[in-house]
Amino acid sequence: MDYFLELFLGGLTRGSIYALIALGYTMVYGIIELINFAHGEIYMIGAFTALIVISVLTMMGMNTIAILVIAGFIAVIYSCAYGYTVEKIAYKPLRRAPRLSALISAIGMSLFLQNYVLLAQTSDFLPFPNLIPDFTFMEPYAHIISSAEVVILITTTIVMILLTVLIKFTKMGKAMRATSQDKDMARLVGIDVDRVISVTFVLGSATAAIGGVLIASHVGMINFYIGFIAGIKAFVAAVLGGIGSIPGAVLGSFVLGWTESFATGYVSSDYEDVFAFVFLVLILIFRPAGILGRTEKHTV
Amino acid sequence: MIKFSEIKKSLWVSLWFMFLTFPVMVIRVNTIENVIEWRWENMIFIGVGSFLFSFVWRYLLKQKEYGLKRAEEGGDIRPSLAQRILRDRKIFAPALTVVGIFALLFPYVFSLYQTNIMISALIFVMLGLGLNIVVGLAGLLDLGYVAFYAVGAYAYALLNYHFGLSFWILLPVGGALGMLFGILLGFPVLRLRGDYLAIVTLGFGEIIRLILENWNEFSFGPSGISNIPRPSFFGMSLSVHDSTIFIYYIMIALCIFTIFVVNRLQDSRIGRAWIALREDEVACQAMGIDKAKTKLTAFALGATWAGMGGVMFAAKTTFVNPASFTIWESIIILCIVVLGGMGSVVGVIIGALILILLPEYLRAFSEYRMLMFGILLVVMMVFRPGGIVSDVRRIYKFEGSGGAGKDA
Amino acid sequence: MPSLEHPVILDVRGLGMNFGGLRALDNVDIDVREKEIVALIGPNGAGKTTFFNCITGLYEPTDGEVIISPPGRKSEKINGLKPNIVTAKGLSRTFQNIRLFQNMTVLENVMIGRHCRTSSGIVGAILKGPATRSEEKAIVRDSYAILEKIGLDESVNEFAKNLPYGEQRRLEIARALATEPFLLLLDEPAAGMNPQETLELDDLIRRIRDEESISILLIEHDMKLVMSLSDRIFVVDYGRKIAQGAPGEIKNNPAVIKAYLGEDVDA
Repeated sequence: MDYFLELFLGGLTRGSIYALIALGYTMVYGIIELINFAHGEIYMIGAFTALIVISVLTMMGMNTIAILVIAGFIAVIYSCAYGYTVEKIAYKPLRRAPRLSALISAIGMSLFLQNYVLLAQTSDFLPFPNLIPDFTFMEPYAHIISSAEVVILITTTIVMILLTVLIKFTKMGKAMRATSQDKDMARLVGIDVDRVISVTFVLGSATAAIGGVLIASHVGMINFYIGFIAGIKAFVAAVLGGIGSIPGAVLGSFVLGWTESFATGYVSSDYEDVFAFVFLVLILIFRPAGILGRTEKHTV
Repeated sequence: MIKFSEIKKSLWVSLWFMFLTFPVMVIRVNTIENVIEWRWENMIFIGVGSFLFSFVWRYLLKQKEYGLKRAEEGGDIRPSLAQRILRDRKIFAPALTVVGIFALLFPYVFSLYQTNIMISALIFVMLGLGLNIVVGLAGLLDLGYVAFYAVGAYAYALLNYHFGLSFWILLPVGGALGMLFGILLGFPVLRLRGDYLAIVTLGFGEIIRLILENWNEFSFGPSGISNIPRPSFFGMSLSVHDSTIFIYYIMIALCIFTIFVVNRLQDSRIGRAWIALREDEVACQAMGIDKAKTKLTAFALGATWAGMGGVMFAAKTTFVNPASFTIWESIIILCIVVLGGMGSVVGVIIGALILILLPEYLRAFSEYRMLMFGILLVVMMVFRPGGIVSDVRRIYKFEGSGGAGKDA
Repeated sequence: MPSLEHPVILDVRGLGMNFGGLRALDNVDIDVREKEIVALIGPNGAGKTTFFNCITGLYEPTDGEVIISPPGRKSEKINGLKPNIVTAKGLSRTFQNIRLFQNMTVLENVMIGRHCRTSSGIVGAILKGPATRSEEKAIVRDSYAILEKIGLDESVNEFAKNLPYGEQRRLEIARALATEPFLLLLDEPAAGMNPQETLELDDLIRRIRDEESISILLIEHDMKLVMSLSDRIFVVDYGRKIAQGAPGEIKNNPAVIKAYLGEDVDA
């Protein structure tokens, strides 16, 4: 039973990390119907920035909690800046181009960012310090869930709540929803669509950066390639939940997290990464709209 | 004359990029020795580089908008230099002859090393032309193309290892297996829209690679299979030198065969259906074209060439392992199609030669290869989505009314 | 005007279409007879294009039946069939927002229309034997003949995207004709045309009916064109049929006038 619980909570943690990244995919897709291939790289850059800041601050002799907060903050700022810039360079000039062009441009951006970090930093795995202390009150449960996992779950929940509030109740949120319904109409009623798109990229990048810092500190090492697999899995989660739907992305992430956790726990860990892909193919064949997605009505 | 406002804009861009690249480009942490390396010189490079580059970027964007406006106003669009050369028989025929003679004499003029590089380039020409059917003509973004390449390579390696079958039998078998896998993958993904298709095919490519890596009993795992025989010449086995030259000529023949087939297909009933599918799926179906069947044929035919390319690869290197079939190979092939011009045979050939030969001869910059490919994809899509040689459609000439069609 | 003696070739009974909770079409009955020009009119959002999409297989109708009786063939139910099968059975359409193959030439656009009436496959294309050659020649010849009839033979080698708007609309008709339909469905063929082009369109549609014996069902907002062309008119509003009859009857129908109130009724 404990083993089951451990896998269950492990899956939950995994799922919440996927959710933080999947949100970016789903929000961008909801607004401009583009798979932002470079999103995984934004997450990776968030983790790298955090690692660099942490190393600098540690050498300056700061205490760990302060380091975690500052590093997280700077990572979010930088990821947002990258997300914003990527949109301006690789997607904005292609707003009216065929979808295939934007998609290829996105792949190019992803390839560029990976190699940019590879060349400027290193191709090796770098150790990422575990900054989340083991809380003493968690000790009785340590065999089931670690303190780090608790922190991840709590942070994810807070981020989700903030995001929901932002989209449901603010003026920007309303503009985002309007834009995702009909871009031309939104423009006609005076919404600055370009700004809405930029904000969407920035928001998605921010959640991805939070995810990046949390998972890096949980797993304990990073390299330039972590964004690729994490990005694909988060995308699978977004599709599973119904791409374009925010609650769908969260639900899809948990389902994927549990599937992977149980499959590697009970079946085999050799094919860990295969599960996500097989899952993806199955969903797309049997329920392309995802769990919470609306069936698309193509306009003719 | 450059305006002051332009300079100001570029200064901001330059400052922004210096900020953006600061942590990654300037600071490098050595976590083992716990020292920080500050590389301020990089910041200067970035600052100056982005300052200058922003002028170029804006200039190109303006040019592009100007071009779009002119096209919208119905002004005549000047055919590009490449298009004019292709249309003009007087230039095209002698050029083709020169290229042909050069290709035939290549192994005798240049060293074995150069010939080997050329063989790789020709394999990629073939792969590019195959992917061009799927991406360029039918408009289906396939990011797992390398999987079919792997199928071909492993088909030769394994069937030869277990059953001792020869290259000449396995070359068509590799193509057929590629086609079979193309159909196998094609069926489930037929209903998917473009962007989902990209991800699923990418996933398929990775699954094949992971299986090859983990299923030791079947594929010998990460260590791969070595001592694959080179092709025999009428039953005689050749020395390394001779067989390299022989493989070179096989590749030339295969490339000519591919070009011939792709050319024929492009101007056929099926080829037109592919292009219509790329242009507008809904209208294509409404005009009586079976979407599923058309997609499937594109997938299957594209995969056939990857399968044969795989056999050639295994025969050339005499060694295969999963590391040769990563997603990056798929992306390089995609770059070839995009750079050359989606849908254009000549473009794809030029694209393959540039992208495979250039990095070989610029060894000093080889680590920047993938970085450059990334930039290339973005820049091509933003400024020249048609590629170097954009798709040239066939011209029909009619004499009088109702006269039978004759092509130019 | 063709008499009501002519046989019915398209019979739509009780057609209904739901999108989630939205009832886009409700119990619509429409029929078209041989050699007849029928118009489907109604305010924006009344469900006219949805009706076309249901008939041509782009949507599968939630309920009701679509039955065709092509001249000289047996009647059959076609709802739920794929769009390409419907086209092969002789229903062909144009689109409200032009959907040409932009980067193909004018001739090639029409050649695509011949696809479902020809048969050469991959092997044929590669070997290019005599059968394929003569089929290919026939495709080019037939397509060119259609373009001549439509008056686009001057621009066969132009890219479709470079044609002026009115010519793009006519090219869509040419492409649809190439599939050899017995019923042609035109979705707002006069949209965006100037008065002169509309007049030519009026003439073209009549010629298609008279010379090719093709029946026509069209959606149109230009009331002058509708009144001049149609033998019969069906009016839909909020997904329901509210009136049907000859142009004279429709003009004075109170329900129709009410549906159009506030809209421009220049009939």
